[in-house]
Amino acid sequence: MKIAYYPGCTLKAHGKNFEESALCSLKELGIEVFEIPRWNCCGTVFSLAADDIIHHIAPLRNLIRAQEAGFNSIVTLCAMCYNTLKRSKARYDESSDVRDKIRRFMDEEKINLNGSFKILHYLEFIRDEIKFENLGPKIVKPLKGLKVASYYGCLLVRPKGIGFDDMENPTIMDMLVTSLGAEAIDFPHKTECCGAYQTVDKPQVVIQRVAQILKAAQERGAEAVAVSCPLCAFNLDHRQNEARQLEADFKPMPILYFTQLMALALGCSEHSLRFDLNEVDPRPLLKQKGLI
Amino acid sequence: MRINISQKKIRDSFVQKIQEISGQNLLVCYQCGKCSAGCPAVAEMDILPNQVIRFAQLGLKEELLNCRAIWACASCLTCNVRCPKGIKIAEVMEAIRQILLRQRLDHVDINKIPPDKRKEFPAIALISNFRKFTS
Repeated sequence: MKIAYYPGCTLKAHGKNFEESALCSLKELGIEVFEIPRWNCCGTVFSLAADDIIHHIAPLRNLIRAQEAGFNSIVTLCAMCYNTLKRSKARYDESSDVRDKIRRFMDEEKINLNGSFKILHYLEFIRDEIKFENLGPKIVKPLKGLKVASYYGCLLVRPKGIGFDDMENPTIMDMLVTSLGAEAIDFPHKTECCGAYQTVDKPQVVIQRVAQILKAAQERGAEAVAVSCPLCAFNLDHRQNEARQLEADFKPMPILYFTQLMALALGCSEHSLRFDLNEVDPRPLLKQKGLI
Repeated sequence: MRINISQKKIRDSFVQKIQEISGQNLLVCYQCGKCSAGCPAVAEMDILPNQVIRFAQLGLKEELLNCRAIWACASCLTCNVRCPKGIKIAEVMEAIRQILLRQRLDHVDINKIPPDKRKEFPAIALISNFRKFTS
């Protein structure tokens, strides 16, 4: 199987640990990856203003790049890219007026986007195409004894019709973690916003939220938190030290991309897991569990 | 806080503008408060999300354009998915921000972020912040 892959900006820099672990896991699963050429930033946020059409062009151009290369779907890893690409496509599909405006704006594009073109998140691709039960035979290092809380955040699950799991009680990442041999820890803050981009101008707000989220996960026995969004990862990981200064009653907790857990279980080398980019070093915990 | 309500304010083009930019019918709201009950940002808000809708219905322009609440909202969409009337509260917040941003009244000044801090932030944090809080 061959997939068109859209990386997005952060996965090529701060989120290299997300990309490299994902690519290694895909290789182990026998999936061929085609990174679309000339991709551009999706804009990170879907424009919520009804009259703002121009901001949908950047995400849509990426889909055209994939379609030009002969694909009718695209797989992405970042929760924010996923949300923006999928919502822009939905906006494009829902009204002929919007569609005409967008086409006029980008008249140098030679082809029109297919109505049936699909935007998939890697988690969704695993669930629906690869299927969790087929992961079993490929696992060389079951993550036995590792207690992982999955943090979904906002954009994998909201709004309705865009998210690919239950809006209030998503379980897809927990199912993945379980199929990798780890113990999934449910916790009430799994879809509670971490403060996202407020981290730039109001870091104190984010620090407080991070403390609440991580404490809740730890109180339920989690040893690590799995994420799918580089912005959630930055907040939970890089703001953790400040959060601990605020509320000292929780221990440092590694924040791992779900792809790092996958790659580990599928037998990828430590080199491709890129733990050097994780702020809270997950290696002591993984060593203690005999996983590295 | 003393608030004056008037026909003039309710009929002000400000109300129409919010409805137009947000694509929402403000009068659908019956003030159940579910949006505020689930909002993770209420601790930082001076006007709660349900009050933002009420203020918008009443055309309380000055109160809304000067509130902290619209900048505390991170568009997590929890309110939107829980509203029993299907109002997209986050879109209303966006509309009020846009009314200011479209006059070049930025909430964030890029130059005030120290260069060494800028380097620490991943692209995703900076781009989304500037998309939401600058014109």
